[in-house]
Amino acid sequence: MKTDRYLLSILVDDEPGVLSRIAGLFSSRAFNIDSLSVANTTEPEISRITMVTRCEPHIIEQIKKQLNKLINVITVNDLTDKKYVQRQLALIKVNAQPEKRAEILRIVDIFRCKIVDVGLSHYTIEMSGNSDKHDAIISLLTPMGIIEIASTGTIALARENGR
Amino acid sequence: MKLTGAQILLKMIKEEGIDTIFGYPGGAVIDIYDAIAKQNQVKHILVRHEQGAVHAADAYARANKSVGVALVTSGPGATNTVTGIASAHSDSIPIVIFTGQVPTGLIGNDAFQEVDTVGITRPCTKHNYLVKDINRLASTIKEAFHLASSGRPGPVLVDLPKDIMQTIIDFKKPANVSLKSYRPNYKPNKKQLTKVVELIQNAKKPVIFAGGGVILSKASEQITTLAKMANIPVTGSLMGLGAFPGSDPLWLGMLGMHGTYRANMSIGNCDLIIAAGVRFDDRVTGSIDTFAPHAKIVQIDIDPTSIHKNIKVQCPIVGDCKTALEGIIQLMGNKTFDRHSEWIGQIQEWKETTPLRYDQGGKIVKPQFVIEKLYELTKGEAIITTEVGQNQMWAAQYYHFDKPNHFITSGGLGAMGFGLPAAIGAKAACPDKLVVDVAGDGSIQMNIQELMTAVESELDVKIVILNNQYLGMVRQWQELFYDKVYSSTAMVNAPDFVKLAEAYGAKGLRCDKPDEVEATLSEGLNSKGTIVMDFIVDREESVYPMVPAGQAITEMLLV
Repeated sequence: MKTDRYLLSILVDDEPGVLSRIAGLFSSRAFNIDSLSVANTTEPEISRITMVTRCEPHIIEQIKKQLNKLINVITVNDLTDKKYVQRQLALIKVNAQPEKRAEILRIVDIFRCKIVDVGLSHYTIEMSGNSDKHDAIISLLTPMGIIEIASTGTIALARENGR
Repeated sequence: MKLTGAQILLKMIKEEGIDTIFGYPGGAVIDIYDAIAKQNQVKHILVRHEQGAVHAADAYARANKSVGVALVTSGPGATNTVTGIASAHSDSIPIVIFTGQVPTGLIGNDAFQEVDTVGITRPCTKHNYLVKDINRLASTIKEAFHLASSGRPGPVLVDLPKDIMQTIIDFKKPANVSLKSYRPNYKPNKKQLTKVVELIQNAKKPVIFAGGGVILSKASEQITTLAKMANIPVTGSLMGLGAFPGSDPLWLGMLGMHGTYRANMSIGNCDLIIAAGVRFDDRVTGSIDTFAPHAKIVQIDIDPTSIHKNIKVQCPIVGDCKTALEGIIQLMGNKTFDRHSEWIGQIQEWKETTPLRYDQGGKIVKPQFVIEKLYELTKGEAIITTEVGQNQMWAAQYYHFDKPNHFITSGGLGAMGFGLPAAIGAKAACPDKLVVDVAGDGSIQMNIQELMTAVESELDVKIVILNNQYLGMVRQWQELFYDKVYSSTAMVNAPDFVKLAEAYGAKGLRCDKPDEVEATLSEGLNSKGTIVMDFIVDREESVYPMVPAGQAITEMLLV
């Protein structure tokens, strides 16, 4: 079955249990969540959830309607076919023996990343970008020996006229 | 006005116009029960199991056309409500369930009789709340009633920690509910309504398909008007029975797995379906690929998620059924419509060649015969509740409901044990009506303890047990699809229902002869008090027509 990637920006009441209502909806109806990111907005009672989901085209309509049906969901904005900016943040701790350090720094430079922590045998790199960039830097750093990675889900906002 | 949390709860229930609630006490709600004892505005009916309280509240809501209320304690009290809540959720019935909870300071500590009630009931409620601040209590209760009864109705649960019920505050009436994230769309799009009129004008073989939503939005009159205006035959889902008069010549009978031949054939051959308040459940559609292959489908529903969920429709209308149907009727105005005489003739032929049928020859009582006699004797005026299984299907097929809110059944969830507590709830809502629970010998045993509730509360209900000493519907499947391996479905060891009725202080009657059915029913229905009528029926009678699961609904197994 052909699946597509959809990016939803969801405003919700900032209340206990809201995330579990959304997660419960997805698990009970066998929808998939690729990534999920939740944070406050400028309004104290509202949070924004950015979600990436993969499904067949006819399922996304049902997902959006089911999300809208949840009492705590205020709006569901499907950014997929709109103009938007998206970012993913990753912290990558990589093995940095003296003979590899120059190569790692070159990669960091090419990808316009930052070293945010240094030790005798490691660098921790901060990367922000879209998921392609994320995948690309990981593949280049893998031969150096990645010790561990922490990365966020995608966050996104519509461009000025993309609401 | 200084009030405790418990007093605020009762005050808010009264404000909603609810005069009867169903419940069961326990440690976490003892303060609420203390407050109940000290007032006389809200009547409390003590059930014998919390599941019964929720089913009773469900039926109260349906019979009374209002919201039903159940009150139970924390922990096991709350978990025992889950089946009832899930049933109301499947059938979109407006109820509010109040559950006790351990004091706020103990929440999360695995305290005695603590469960995460909000977590457990999240998937089977429309919404739920845990009240942690006494200042939010009144507004939360108001919101709960608003959510339960508006839009697509459903169960809403409010979890009430014990200390909140004890706290005293200065009570202020909460403001009207306004939720930025919840504004159900009642008003349909007019363009879509115009399209419906065109579709009706162009249709040669139209059918109206009415569901529970028509009854919930009180749109029976509109469905009937629409059907008459363009001479359109009407079928219904199980939940839609009574939405259109069952004795009207345009009535096709129920649709689906145990639908009538003419209803299923009509859907298979029609060129237009006007579906109102239905969600195209698998029991109605059979195999989706072959459902109504020649039809354009109009679907009216207040809940956008019901549309395009199972069946693709050509003309979706999001809105209240009643408002939408009124709009369509208005647009039809003085236009003249074809009488579809060829189509009506075809349907009549199906009706004549292949009616619902059974054979009451011989010395064994046929269950269908009991229902037919029940219908005759009550003149179709009784409120009928059912258990689940064959009894439910025979009641649906052979009791012809002329009015809405008279058939109360666990449709979507199919919860056995529903009928008896439901009959109690319906009787509490409509004390002047005759209320009959059509039961099987299996399912009546699932909430048999509620006989005590009926007797104690003097809510006289009449129970008709179609006793075939089998879990009949499962037996029927085993007969047809599992080589007659009747695994665990023979229930030859049952209590003596007549003695059991007497043990509870009710009256029991037994009948095992066809020529005594009428007399037994007549005695049972006309006697005062709660009566159990135990009809010993043909053990291996099956419900027909039947569409095997997943097949086209036009491919029915007939008698």
